[in-house]
Formats: sequence, structure tokens, C-alpha cells
Amino acid sequence: MPLASSRPNTSVAQAASGVNWDRLRQDFPVLSQLIHGRPLVYLDNAATSQKPNAVIESIDHYYRHDNANVHRGVYTLSERATQAYEAARDKVQVFLNAAQREEVIFVRGTTEAINLVAQSFARPRLKPGDEILISAMEHHSNIVPWQMVCEQTGAQLKVVPINDNAEIVLADYRQLLNKNTQLVAITHISNALGSINPVQEMIAAAHEQSIPVLLDGAQAAPHLAVDVQALDCDFYALSSHKIYGPTGIGVLYGKRSWLDAMEPYQGGGDMISSVTFEKTHYNVLPYKFEAGTPHIAGVVGFGTALDYVSDIGLDNIAEREQQLLKYATQVLLPLQGLRIIGTAKLKASIISFVLESAHPHDISTILDQQGVAIRAGHHCAMPVMERFKVPATARASLAFYNNEDDIDRLAEGIKEVNRIFAGI
Amino acid sequence: MGKVMNQELRELYQEVIIDHGRHPRNFKKLEDHSHSQEGYNPLCGDRLMLYLKVENDRVIDAAFEGVGCAISMASASLMTTQIKGKTLEEIQQLFQAFHCLVTTPEPPSSVQNCLGKLTVLGGVRDFPTRIKCATLAWHTMKVGLDRNTHEQAVSTES
Repeated sequence: MPLASSRPNTSVAQAASGVNWDRLRQDFPVLSQLIHGRPLVYLDNAATSQKPNAVIESIDHYYRHDNANVHRGVYTLSERATQAYEAARDKVQVFLNAAQREEVIFVRGTTEAINLVAQSFARPRLKPGDEILISAMEHHSNIVPWQMVCEQTGAQLKVVPINDNAEIVLADYRQLLNKNTQLVAITHISNALGSINPVQEMIAAAHEQSIPVLLDGAQAAPHLAVDVQALDCDFYALSSHKIYGPTGIGVLYGKRSWLDAMEPYQGGGDMISSVTFEKTHYNVLPYKFEAGTPHIAGVVGFGTALDYVSDIGLDNIAEREQQLLKYATQVLLPLQGLRIIGTAKLKASIISFVLESAHPHDISTILDQQGVAIRAGHHCAMPVMERFKVPATARASLAFYNNEDDIDRLAEGIKEVNRIFAGI
Repeated sequence: MGKVMNQELRELYQEVIIDHGRHPRNFKKLEDHSHSQEGYNPLCGDRLMLYLKVENDRVIDAAFEGVGCAISMASASLMTTQIKGKTLEEIQQLFQAFHCLVTTPEPPSSVQNCLGKLTVLGGVRDFPTRIKCATLAWHTMKVGLDRNTHEQAVSTES
């Protein structure tokens, strides 16, 4: 290993944060298995994260001991289920530093949160000539819901360009804000490129013109501490499964003033206070937006995941992941024919790359045979691929439970790809 | 070959496939084509445009352009070299045999004999997520010959 000297001393890293990262890795049972005869190296955390025992056990416990419907039964089990469900809402409030618990709406995930805002917030407000502003690095789920609402209302979708390092240039962004802009919807961290966007400045600039801002926090929430009051964002969307919680659950945070003024997204049980065939009165926040029996076990598991992450501390996680990102970048860059797509100064632990010798799908197949799981493809961000003129990229995305050995295994696998495809 | 390459991987990435993947044959636009058809797997990003020149129910020339993984490019390259000069009926048989080769655990020897050089793509059957890469060119050809329209790209992603 020519770069062995650049490898950080893990024990020093542990001393700095007081966190034993090796021991935390043991909390994730899925990581202790062989794939094609080699220990699994899981590097697709931007797609979904693995789940710690605590989360798996809390879901198991809920179904074994507390399962009942919430907000209705007058019996012990239902009270327990309701208590667990609402306790998780309090945990999300603390996690995001929301001003009020009523501002936390449980949804299926980031995608549903954005669709909710598109249909219940944007659609009634938009008229022909209005504009919604997104960026060139959005995930499809922060493009398509806006395209749909533009189609429905005659509004237009505008796109902030990104530079060759995959950064939003604030001057370009400011230029696109105008009196017709009704909403800015921007990703906090790009899933395909890793860029951390200057959202604080972007929100302030939009607010100078009274334009509300939605942040897609699917990638940011697992990697950095989010404070919605400090950001002053109007909406924040995130998914549980990327923060070590179960799939099928997520959160829409919204400022109470907006949520109060919005119509419900879906009709059904739990979102009403009274129904007659003549007139239905909607329930108060947050229940107005939670029609039907919710994913109670998912919410319970998500609450446990937030406890788990908070115990480690997001600042510690961010610091460790930055160490891993730095190490991975150092180890990968010298590999023959490798080019990293997404070189923003502020970057999360996501490395998209292409190789001269092989297509991302061939890279992924060869790595998988060595037990290394990465993502290959367009990462649900086809306009990003178009922007950087590549059909697809390979992507390694790191979580705190990854380590330097994982990254060495990735590098070893890429060298094997080069041997097979280019004889080098 | 490298130290960690296992039998399945060796089978998948044979020399012929690497060679055709890196230096595809008949990789050009056929100006005087009689048929053309686009093939596109959006999830993968594999994309190709296939050109055929058919006269008297016989393919007298075939070429393609595109981008994609080694498997999809090699499959398209090998296919164009094999179908040149064959009748539409022979090509139909070749299509069936190829489909059998990449989807059947133990394809009969008659299939292997009929396919000749194309059997190098048989290793893909051990990689279920990659079969669609190998079949894209073939389905593109079939639709192109059947309809001779190219309003919509052919996909082998279900």
C-alpha cells in the first residue's frame, strides 16, 4: 500500500471523539456475513443504511407486546401503542430542533413528503407564470413532483446550474430568484455527487423576497446535525431508512403557519375530527396530514434509530465520516483511469466515480464477486449524469460503521477491475 | 488474470467479451440501412442504435452505435458479426437459441452448436441482474425487423 502512511491512526481518532467505532459496527448484524466467501463490505449507504440491533429489537418488541391501533382504543395496549408513536414524534422534534411537535408529520418517506408539499402547499397557490426553483443536482423525487404541479397549474420549473465541481454558485442562484418565484426546493446534500449545498445562504436570499424554501434532507439527515430553526427552512423532508431506521417511514417538517393554512393531502381516518355526509371537520395538526392507520411499528423503530444516532452524536458521526471520506479519496484517486465525479469543497461521504477501463455495471459485478457492495447507475439523478456527460457512475457511499479496511477492499476490487479489463 | 477472479467471473468476462466490449465490431452508422431501431435500458443507461440492411429476406449488413457496459456492447458487436448474410428465418432461430443460452441453466448442445462464437455470452446466466445487458441488442433487432418503426426504444428491463 503506497498510501499506508496516510491512513489515520484509529485509536487516536477514537480518543478524540470518545467513540469506539469498531464496537459500534458490531451493532449491525447484517454486516457480519460472507458474500461470495468474503466478509461483506457494504458501501451503498446513500441508497439505504443498515439497521442496528436496537432498531430491529424495538420493532420486534412492539409487535410482540404493544401492537394496537393508535389514537382510538380505550384500553392498555392502544394507550401503549399511542404513547410509543407520539414519543417518536417528540424524538423527531428534538432531532430537528423543531419549535413544536405539531410541525412533525409522519409520511412514508422523503418522496411522499415532497409530493405532499407539491399538492397541498404549492398547487393551490400557483398560477400560470409562477416559478418553482430547483437545482441541477436534484434527485428525481425533487424534480418530478414539481413537474407534475407545473403541469397542473401552468407554472414553470426553473433550474439553478451547477459548476464543474458540482457546486451551486450563489450568484447564479440569486439571479434566478424573482417576483414570480413561489417556492425554492433544493437538496441539502446531493445523493449522486455528495455536495453539501450552502442552504443557509440560499434560504436567507429566498426569504429576502418572501419566497418559502423546502429542503430535501434525505441524504443530509444521516450525515450532519440539522436544526430547522437555525436554517429557518419552511419545509424539511427526510426518510427513516437512511438514518438506520426502517423503510416505509419518513417525516415532513413544516412551519406551523404554513401547515395550518394548507388543505389535507389525503382523506381518511385519523385526519378528521367529525364527519357527516354534509360536512367534515379536519383534525388539528399534525393529524390533519396523517390519514389512515399509520406505520406505527415503523415510527417506533425510527424513534429508536434517532435515539441510537443521538447517543453517538451527529457531530461525532460527521467527523468520523469526513475522516473516511478523506482516506477513501486519497486511496482511490491514484488508481489508474479513475475519475471522481463531484468534487465540491463541502462534501459528504459519497464518492461517485468512473473508470476508463470499465463501465460502472461491470465494476459493480466484479466488486460484488469480492463481497463489496456499491451502487452503479444514474442514482435517480439522470440530469446529473447528463450534466457531467457520463451514462452512469459507480458510487461508494460511507457510513460511520465503515472503516479503512472496507476502503482498502474497495481499492483492491477496483484494481482487479483494471486487471481484468485493461491488463493493468 | 487476477488472483481473486472466480470461475463464474472468468466465465462472464472471457477474453472475447472484453475484446468486443472495448473494440466493438461494426460500430458505425449504416447510411443505407433499411431498418433501424433504438434499444435503451433506462435503469442501466445502456443505449444503442441498431442499423440493418435487409434485401430479399436476408440481412446483408448490420451495424450499431451506442454506450453501455462490456456485456451489452460485446453482445451487440458479436450479434452484428453473426447475423450478416443470414436469412430472416435463420436469424429467428438464432434469436431463440441465444435466449435459451442466457436463460437456461444447462442449454442443450444443439443450442451451443447453432450459436458458435456467441456461446461466450453464456456465462451471463449466472448473473441474473446482467442478463438484460446481454439481451438488449437481440430484442432491439427483433423489434426492428418485426415492425421497422423506431418510435419507442426497446427495453429489456421489465
